[in-house]
Amino acid sequence: MHSDQESIKKTVRAYWMIGAALFVFTAVTVAVNQVHLAVPMAITVALIIATMKGSMVASVFMHLSHERKWIYGALILTVIGFLLVMALPMLTMADHIGTPIHVAAPAAEHAGH
Amino acid sequence: MSMEIPYIVEERPDTGLTNGKLGIWLFLASEVMLFGALFSTYIILRMGAPEWPHGELNVWLGMANTFILIGSSVTMVMAWASLKLGDWGKHRLYLLGTFLLSAAFLVNKYFEYASHWAKGELPSHSTFLAIYFTLTGLHGIHILGGMVVMAYFLGPGAKLYKKNPGQFTNRIEYTGLYWHFVDLVWIFLFPVLYLL
Repeated sequence: MHSDQESIKKTVRAYWMIGAALFVFTAVTVAVNQVHLAVPMAITVALIIATMKGSMVASVFMHLSHERKWIYGALILTVIGFLLVMALPMLTMADHIGTPIHVAAPAAEHAGH
Repeated sequence: MSMEIPYIVEERPDTGLTNGKLGIWLFLASEVMLFGALFSTYIILRMGAPEWPHGELNVWLGMANTFILIGSSVTMVMAWASLKLGDWGKHRLYLLGTFLLSAAFLVNKYFEYASHWAKGELPSHSTFLAIYFTLTGLHGIHILGGMVVMAYFLGPGAKLYKKNPGQFTNRIEYTGLYWHFVDLVWIFLFPVLYLL
């Protein structure tokens, strides 16, 4: 119990430090936004910072840095599902339903005569 | 004769987890898919839109709400750590702090919504506002749900600590996991909706 309390005391310091880091990263995100970067660059920078912040919350506050394998297993399945859902917009680009397929057909037919 | 639910305090030997912890993580996995589907919808709508509005939302209010939620995540994890350290008074203080910060988040959101409605900017106004209200509305409902659970543990649910402190501490941990997830979703919602 004593060693358990000692380890909790150590992690308490980490919680405050991560909290402070999250505040700083939020301020950086907004500051970068004020620079008015090109849209692709702005999206990349904002998402990189958000991913870093999200990783800190998940690994430290949600204790994912030292969790049991059953939790990791469930989360790996979730990540696969999440990536599939994120890939769905790409399928819409490959969707040609409603697009005329034989646009050049009348010309070819004309040449045949 | 009453039957006790097993593995609510001690961990199951095969999984190394309490049933509650595995349960909350499976619930959070389903939540990832729910918000994932909506983020995916956002991408489809944005890619298909001829133009996307910029500067329609108040960045400073969004940033204030980000600070509020991050602060609430810190107080939530501290509420759990205080229980582990056996400090009931600090636990109550931190949990109350989390509750008040989440209320502040919703008050901010109310003013934001009210300002949009006053200008006639309803979900039907544009694709952007439709996805904005859907994503932030669903997130707001999650904040409200967390507040209900916190109010329960500040009120009648607190009695469990005297009867079974281990079970109470675990319940606060599960509440915290849910709360950090709600914070995590906002960490992505803020740049996606307010900045990009």
